[in-house]
Amino acid sequence: MGTYKTSDFRKGLKVQIDGQPYLLIEMNFRKPGKGTALYECKLRNLIRGTVLSRTYRGGESLESADVEEIDAQYLYRQADTFVFMENTNYEQYELSAEQVDENWKYLKEGMGVSMMLYNGNPITMTPPNHVELEVIECEPGAKGDTATNVTKPAKVENGAEFGVPIFIKPGNVIKIDTRTGAYIERVNS
Amino acid sequence: MSDADFRPTANWETLKLRAAMLQRLRDFFAERGFLEVDTPLLSRDTVIDVHLEPLAVDLCDRRRLYLQTSPEFAMKRLLAAGAAAIYQITRAFRDEEVGDRHNIEFTIAEWYQAGQSMSEAMQLLSDLGEHLLGLGAAKRLTFAEAFQRHAGVDPHAASCDDLIASAREHGLLHENRPPHRQRDVWLAQLLTQLVEPQPGIAGPTILYDCPADQAALATVRPGPPAVAERFELYVRGIELANGYHELRDASELRERNRVNNLQRRDAGRRVLPEDSRLLDAMEHGLPQCCGVALGFDRLVMIAAGATTLDEVMAFPFPIA
Repeated sequence: MGTYKTSDFRKGLKVQIDGQPYLLIEMNFRKPGKGTALYECKLRNLIRGTVLSRTYRGGESLESADVEEIDAQYLYRQADTFVFMENTNYEQYELSAEQVDENWKYLKEGMGVSMMLYNGNPITMTPPNHVELEVIECEPGAKGDTATNVTKPAKVENGAEFGVPIFIKPGNVIKIDTRTGAYIERVNS
Repeated sequence: MSDADFRPTANWETLKLRAAMLQRLRDFFAERGFLEVDTPLLSRDTVIDVHLEPLAVDLCDRRRLYLQTSPEFAMKRLLAAGAAAIYQITRAFRDEEVGDRHNIEFTIAEWYQAGQSMSEAMQLLSDLGEHLLGLGAAKRLTFAEAFQRHAGVDPHAASCDDLIASAREHGLLHENRPPHRQRDVWLAQLLTQLVEPQPGIAGPTILYDCPADQAALATVRPGPPAVAERFELYVRGIELANGYHELRDASELRERNRVNNLQRRDAGRRVLPEDSRLLDAMEHGLPQCCGVALGFDRLVMIAAGATTLDEVMAFPFPIA
């Protein structure tokens, strides 16, 4: 693997620290009049999502991380394992429920997702920004209640629950923003 | 290349403020009898500093010249030739320095007064800051007081291990690798990471009497502890100006040049010419004097309430 010198440091670099892949999300160049160049960096752990603050001296270097993003399709869930398939070579990749985390709520079989591989192994999966899911269960809305900011829980086809407006009925397809988990709109009626 | 690439990154309101501040700076010096001077950007001679990389310019006849990292050499030659109080607002160039508070090419204001004491020079700098920013007079704090207070170490006496211990205590050591052994780099790190962000340094503050090993071109006052007669103005935790009670001893400068070149070589940097017309001027006789260099772009940044130089420069380095 290659290395990045401090003079190569840029936002967006993927580097390896203590055997973990990190994304350089913020970099401030500091150079006091009396001294050496310092690079104050914020790095996000690509597996855990935690953010690390580190300062490097000019001339130091970081190892590049072998991180690759691929387009894949969600196939199915088997107990605590989620199975995906790369679109181009049909290679299958598995993620644990822990790795998928809250994102299971947006998955539906056949859905296109983006996956990240670290040293060839899958580490994360990102669903599209918007997904459409069918409501299978929710309480009827009270008649005449037209308030727009009132929500009720609705269960969708994969078993997840979202807050939806009162007028939503079983059989409706709803659009959800996967970055916030918020209801956006009803797709059909 | 997108259409937006030709446009300035600063807005017109800020560019007008910049022009007005340039005028006010000239008025400030004119009212105090300073002569505006104008010296070459390109010179055979350059400062030899371990952490400062000049831009080299190769002429067709194979001579190598350097773009100035500050107008210091030329202005001291004028002082040795009889100037009493001089200033200039010019451009300086420092390779590798790009960031929200750095630009390879930047505007520097620099001034010198013969016969001035360091205390008088700090007063003039405080007056200048007050005149241009209106944030009040600068309070004075020695480096020793600032480091004791915020890093718990004495910057003059502390060993490299003491500085590492302070860094560890303040959570600055995270690496699964052994801490480096460069004392001056630890001093710089503790300064930028522990001292500068302190709310006490947010108002105009002059830190003075630096560790002797950071003298650069300042004179060293024998101790104990020996201190470099240097001072720096901070506003909003940002280093704005750097002043010296100037070194006058040519043989001492020759020795610093020699040592700095050795350190540059060890650090993988090119060796720079040690002879200079500044040395000739110092051998002739430089009057006792103080000099200050101020980052004009940073001054405008603070006045404009901006947080990056891009907001106060028409065309910063990436789109120059």
